[in-house]
Amino acid sequence: MRPFLYQKATDPGMAVQALGAAGNNPLTRATAQPLAGGTTLIDLMKLDVMRPAAIVDINPLAQGWSAIEPRDDSLRLGALAKMSDVAAHDGIQRNYPVIANSLKLAASAQLRNMATLGGNVMQRTRCSYFRDVSYENCNKRNPGSGCAAMDGVNRMHAVLGTSDHCIATYPGDFAQALIALDAMLEITGASGTRNMPFAELHKAPGNTPDIETTLRPGELISAFVIRGRWPRSVYLKARDRQSYEFALSSAAIALDVQDGTIRDARIALGGVATVPWRAREAEALLKGQKFDDGLAQRVADAAFAEARGRRHNGFKIALGRRVVARALQQAVTMEI
Amino acid sequence: MSEKTSSKASAFDRRAFMAGAAGSALMPMTARAATQDATPPAARDPSLPVEVTLRVNGKDKRLRIDARTTVLDALREHLKLTGSKKGCDHGQCGACTVLIDDRRVVSCLTLALAAEGQEITTIEGLATDDRLHPMQQAFIDNDAFQCGYCTPGQIMSAVACVKEGHAGSDADIREYMSGNICRCAAYPNIVAAVKQAAPEIMKG
Repeated sequence: MRPFLYQKATDPGMAVQALGAAGNNPLTRATAQPLAGGTTLIDLMKLDVMRPAAIVDINPLAQGWSAIEPRDDSLRLGALAKMSDVAAHDGIQRNYPVIANSLKLAASAQLRNMATLGGNVMQRTRCSYFRDVSYENCNKRNPGSGCAAMDGVNRMHAVLGTSDHCIATYPGDFAQALIALDAMLEITGASGTRNMPFAELHKAPGNTPDIETTLRPGELISAFVIRGRWPRSVYLKARDRQSYEFALSSAAIALDVQDGTIRDARIALGGVATVPWRAREAEALLKGQKFDDGLAQRVADAAFAEARGRRHNGFKIALGRRVVARALQQAVTMEI
Repeated sequence: MSEKTSSKASAFDRRAFMAGAAGSALMPMTARAATQDATPPAARDPSLPVEVTLRVNGKDKRLRIDARTTVLDALREHLKLTGSKKGCDHGQCGACTVLIDDRRVVSCLTLALAAEGQEITTIEGLATDDRLHPMQQAFIDNDAFQCGYCTPGQIMSAVACVKEGHAGSDADIREYMSGNICRCAAYPNIVAAVKQAAPEIMKG
């Protein structure tokens, strides 16, 4: 690990000032990085993938930024709330099971105790060619150097939202719940706070896979806000092991069903795309319909209509369709 | 059975020796001068050592370390508390699991500087005098290890697993202990150990 200056931020102003002072884009290569749970950052610094010259420890902000606040018609989650605390919260389990389960099925108990919600959505890809600096060609690490995954062992890589420059999978689970529920971000920066749809946070790789988010230098996610309640929601995750593994394919589904008719439907896909992925065309097929297996199949097909497999990851398209169909079945039949 | 008991007793002696050695890691007076340094942290040279006080198993330990030092390396290399093990050093295997403010974490991804002011509990801090913690005893009773390398992490994780209320069934134990890898695959015996110790731990 390379040397860095360590600084504790005791208030948000100090944090954004310290982070913004190093203000070079893209954020992924900014010379000052915020430290929350550290489960991505310290790991990638040990691998020499991330090389910040300064670490701004934002954990002292937890007092103001870690509240879990379910209200009658909305939910506000502080960005420094720990994954484990949110997953174990009664109100979240009851009214937002897709959130509770996306967190519970991620990582290990130890990592969930450390990792924060804000850090979770900012986690970097698990692409093995990105994580291993002995591979020269990674457009995410070394812009313009090419992509070792294209012709490499790309079994874990994305089939949606890819470009000719990068096929790295967005690895998280919680983000799928957020994008499905139309979550809003509260972002704290030098000029105060601003709000932005969570769906606008991540950028598909395109020509610039090194630019992963739309956050500006010095900005920090301070909270997530979700309107409404989604008791009929599920997170289904298919993976190589039963526990403690990233998704090969996952689905976050939220439904509003009245008298057997689907009034609103949300579908997001994980493990298969370069960014948190909302399947809007698939959702549209469900609205106003009564559920049956044929409909589930058509929705699943629509969700992967644009998918493009490579040499080793084509199986994710068939697997992903089954995950969507099964998750829909679970959401329709669950008791609430 | 008696053989097993005596081998554990000798492990205790080694632990006692280690704990004694840890005292010598306390910083000499000269290091205290560094805390008087009025230079703000942001302007300091990152190659200079930093002062940190870690509270480990109920005792404050003053250290002068590289800012890059993790809690795991602080424990093992500076405080000579080698019970916490370095497996992968990337937060994947759980061998380095300790409790920080009563929550299980992987110490290899925790910077020592970030843990200042928090209560760190390691495997060395689990027993009371000569009496093993119920989870330690349960691991012995159920033969819940072979090589033993992952065991300190398993035990720390298991104590937290019980206290979190995640030891209600075999399936729960397996799910909530999945962050601790055992290359010898002693998993069935680990589940049995957690089940045995759980009621006693919950009783307090």
